[in-house]
Amino acid sequence: MLQTIITGLSIGSVYALMAVGYSLVFSVLNFSNFAHGSIITLGAYIAWAVMVQYLHLPFLPALLIAMAGSGVLAFLNERIAYSTLRRRRAPSLYLMISAMGVSICLQNLLYATVGAKLYALPAVFVEDSWNVGELTISRMDLFAFAFSAVTIALLNLVLRRTRVGTAIRAASHDMDMVAVLGVNLDVLVAILFLIAGALGGMAGVFMGVKYMVYPSMGWITNKAYIGAVIGGLGSLPGAIIGGLFLGLLEALVSVTEIGGQSLSTYRDVFSFGILVALLIVRPTGLFGRRVEEKL
Amino acid sequence: MDYAAAIFTNAAIYIIATMGLAIFTGYTGLFSLGHAAFMAVGAYAAAICTHFLKLPLAVGLVVGIILAVLSSLIIGYPTLRARLRSDYFAIATLGFGEAVKVLLENFQLTQGSRGLPGIQKLSTPLLTGLFMILSVWLARNFLRSNYGRKIIAIGQDHVAAEMMGINLFRVQLRSLFFSAVLAGVAGGLFAHYLGFIQPSLFTGSQSSMLVIAVVTGGMGSITGPILAALLFATIPEALRLANMWRMVTYGAVLVAIMVLRPQGILGYREITFASLARFGRRLFGLPPSPGGESRKAVS
Repeated sequence: MLQTIITGLSIGSVYALMAVGYSLVFSVLNFSNFAHGSIITLGAYIAWAVMVQYLHLPFLPALLIAMAGSGVLAFLNERIAYSTLRRRRAPSLYLMISAMGVSICLQNLLYATVGAKLYALPAVFVEDSWNVGELTISRMDLFAFAFSAVTIALLNLVLRRTRVGTAIRAASHDMDMVAVLGVNLDVLVAILFLIAGALGGMAGVFMGVKYMVYPSMGWITNKAYIGAVIGGLGSLPGAIIGGLFLGLLEALVSVTEIGGQSLSTYRDVFSFGILVALLIVRPTGLFGRRVEEKL
Repeated sequence: MDYAAAIFTNAAIYIIATMGLAIFTGYTGLFSLGHAAFMAVGAYAAAICTHFLKLPLAVGLVVGIILAVLSSLIIGYPTLRARLRSDYFAIATLGFGEAVKVLLENFQLTQGSRGLPGIQKLSTPLLTGLFMILSVWLARNFLRSNYGRKIIAIGQDHVAAEMMGINLFRVQLRSLFFSAVLAGVAGGLFAHYLGFIQPSLFTGSQSSMLVIAVVTGGMGSITGPILAALLFATIPEALRLANMWRMVTYGAVLVAIMVLRPQGILGYREITFASLARFGRRLFGLPPSPGGESRKAVS
């Protein structure tokens, strides 16, 4: 049981890291950035390129390069696919479709150039796990958990204590007012996407180490998106709790057996069922802002 | 079936499914990312009827429609009742679509992820073409009905529509039913066109293809999505040679359309005989016909 919780938390922490990226963008721009999954995938590929394919760098520099690379990609993504729509105040639906286009384009670009093969990122720690009593704790899981936690704490610090963070939080309440007060929205959004992309790149590297690197790995980010929705889109604590909750739930469902048949094949049905049930009870997720209809 | 006929049949099926979504997403503004699930239900129901029970195709299609509508009730009733909107409704339907896929992969009757091979290929180009015309005609008439007027009002401003006394929940659910009917028919025809179905044919990306056709064609339009569906179903065939780069181009074109023309090809407009005549007159430099502007098509 405890073992399951540990597994769940380690998956959940990576979900949380990805969900934060969705929520950050949603909190200011009010749309679901479906291209985030592709940015995460590309982050994993960048790490693979510098660690395995070309430079054979050690893990930490590779992680930093992947984060920087995905941050820049997310920034370019915003410039190319969203900025015109944003300035024209297009409905969020159009931004969402544009994001889908980016995601289709990038994912197939990977198929067309790198190919559909699965690649493994090298194991970071030689001795793979610790045994504490009956428990097995993978060092990578622990590292991923700790690193995600520290990063999210840092992000929180940035959002609470710095001028940029204050501007981002203000923009999530009212973008027009922030612009009137003299904040350069283009710069603000650029920083936002840099942060979201960097977090995504980090999550991508962790996923690549844990599973494999392949073009459609961005599909897993749909789970993270569900985590963000469960927590309430646009809320950072919500995204973290939602991600952790989903990871725990999946781990628990995977080991549950009913009538001798494992439920693990129905794991996704459970996640989505919980999501729909929760949305019916609380239509804006656990911590989402309740938006009143205005005339 | 020869190549051109096969492409035509495929395009017609795509248009039927898009038509349903054009009514639902295009007019109510609610984003369904799970429409492939309704297609899957229709496809499996029809295929099981003709393949295992040896029933005629018509019966299979009717059973498919009924089951598709029932499944739309399962997801539509609670979510529309709870007034989920935009992204929240989209993710709920996305989840529903994935759940249906997982269930199909694990049922005995549907033979899991191996799929159902050897379905009779009963969807001739003629039959599918007839269904396509029928569905476009139905969609047009639906829009001109009492319910159609109401969903147009909801699409324009749902708060104002509600204050006029329109029951949002009822009207939205009814247009979801309508789109599920067409998705079910499209699914049934699809199964009998391909002769083989498996759950992985009805994924979330299939659903987003349908939504994308509606949005790029133009919200609040019927002819726009038809045009977009036709283009999306045929252009990839023309680009067969550059197979790998096909989807890359598709994604890039999508972004370009959204950035350059976010209202879609024909947002809130239709191609009608009157508009074609106007276009023709402008093309040949003729003066507009007397009263041409005032006789603008209503739909």
